[in-house]
Amino acid sequence: MSFRTYHELTGGDRSALGAQVAAQRRRVHARMTGVRRLIAVASGKGGVGKSHVTAAVARSAARHLPGSVGVLDADLHGPTMPRLLAARGPLRVDGTGVVEPAVGRDGVRVVSTALLLEADAPLAWRTPDVEAHVWRGALEAGTLRELLADVAWGTLDLLLVDLPPGVDRLRDLAALVPRLDGVLAVTIPSEESRAAVARAMRAAAGAGIPLLGVVENMSVHSCTTCGAAGRLFDGDAGASLADAFRVPLLGRLPFAPPGTCDPADAAAPLTRALLERVT
Amino acid sequence: MRFLCIECDAQMSFEERRQPGDGTFAAAFRCPTCGRRVAMLANPMESQLVGALGVRIGGRILDEEPMELVRTTMRGRDDAFVEAEAGAPGGTRPRWSEDARSRLERVPGFVRGMVKRIYTDYAVERRIAEITPDVMDRARVELGLEHM
Repeated sequence: MSFRTYHELTGGDRSALGAQVAAQRRRVHARMTGVRRLIAVASGKGGVGKSHVTAAVARSAARHLPGSVGVLDADLHGPTMPRLLAARGPLRVDGTGVVEPAVGRDGVRVVSTALLLEADAPLAWRTPDVEAHVWRGALEAGTLRELLADVAWGTLDLLLVDLPPGVDRLRDLAALVPRLDGVLAVTIPSEESRAAVARAMRAAAGAGIPLLGVVENMSVHSCTTCGAAGRLFDGDAGASLADAFRVPLLGRLPFAPPGTCDPADAAAPLTRALLERVT
Repeated sequence: MRFLCIECDAQMSFEERRQPGDGTFAAAFRCPTCGRRVAMLANPMESQLVGALGVRIGGRILDEEPMELVRTTMRGRDDAFVEAEAGAPGGTRPRWSEDARSRLERVPGFVRGMVKRIYTDYAVERRIAEITPDVMDRARVELGLEHM
């Protein structure tokens, strides 16, 4: 008994799985041609306020680039962007099935699983939960692909992708898009955060993704009574990471209790610096 | 994916695919020389893995719909989307019979708009004036909509 190889059989391959995957890839590429700057916002650690930074940068950018800033909330399990940007569903679908993004504060366009799931419901799938660990990652990467490709982002000067903690989704994103302009790393001052964010930055650099800079969030806290500034955390992670990776520390953001300052105003200098990094 | 009839040393032809239940995916192939038929049965885990890639064994008759993977697999809210009316412009959209409408109502709201658009496009392309359960059944088989 002998077996020929796949390529020795000259008949058609009706499944053409490779061609199907290539078609998926072409859709992403076609959609991203309208995006001038595609920047991922990442941290290696949860709780550093990465999504708050993403929202503040997006709003600040939108004030200078009206109607041409979008945010893709790639934190599929813990989406927060619609709440931070006051964007609401339902999402409009055109006659061809393409989805319009929601519009939030300062005209930022937003797509997020928070707009698709029931309130407080976890991300779950209709498929039988058999050996779900095998295919769940593929479904999540597929979801990211469709949020990139099948949303009418239009012409954007800036599309920010808010990533979950860790590096897996960053790798998925880099593999899907034709060009990822870079990563903005967010940390808090602590040594614990520095170590976690350093791992994420090292992974990004190892994957050939440009590092655009570091933002240190919650750097200081101003007393709302006397105005005295104090530190919330020991450490100097922002400067340390910037030095270690030879990238600029684009800004330090204060911890600001609600209503004390406009986050978009506070993020304006770092937003300008970020946009200048990708022209 | 190709199937080889070892006795005839011939590539087998894809015939049909089905989902007979319990998450099993079945694809039937026939040898063009001796006529022998075989069925490939993928267990639920294998079926899910392939489905999670957004690809279809046996190929696609329709191009992949926008957001198809999300809308057919995610447990989303029924009111997540507001759909534009599908079908040809100029008032030539097909009618939906009461029975067909009832059947469509049983489709989860998260994916219903997409399913409705597919059936409507099917009817418009074939100049079918009214969508009935029979039309839906035919479209389901012809377009390979067993995953919806």
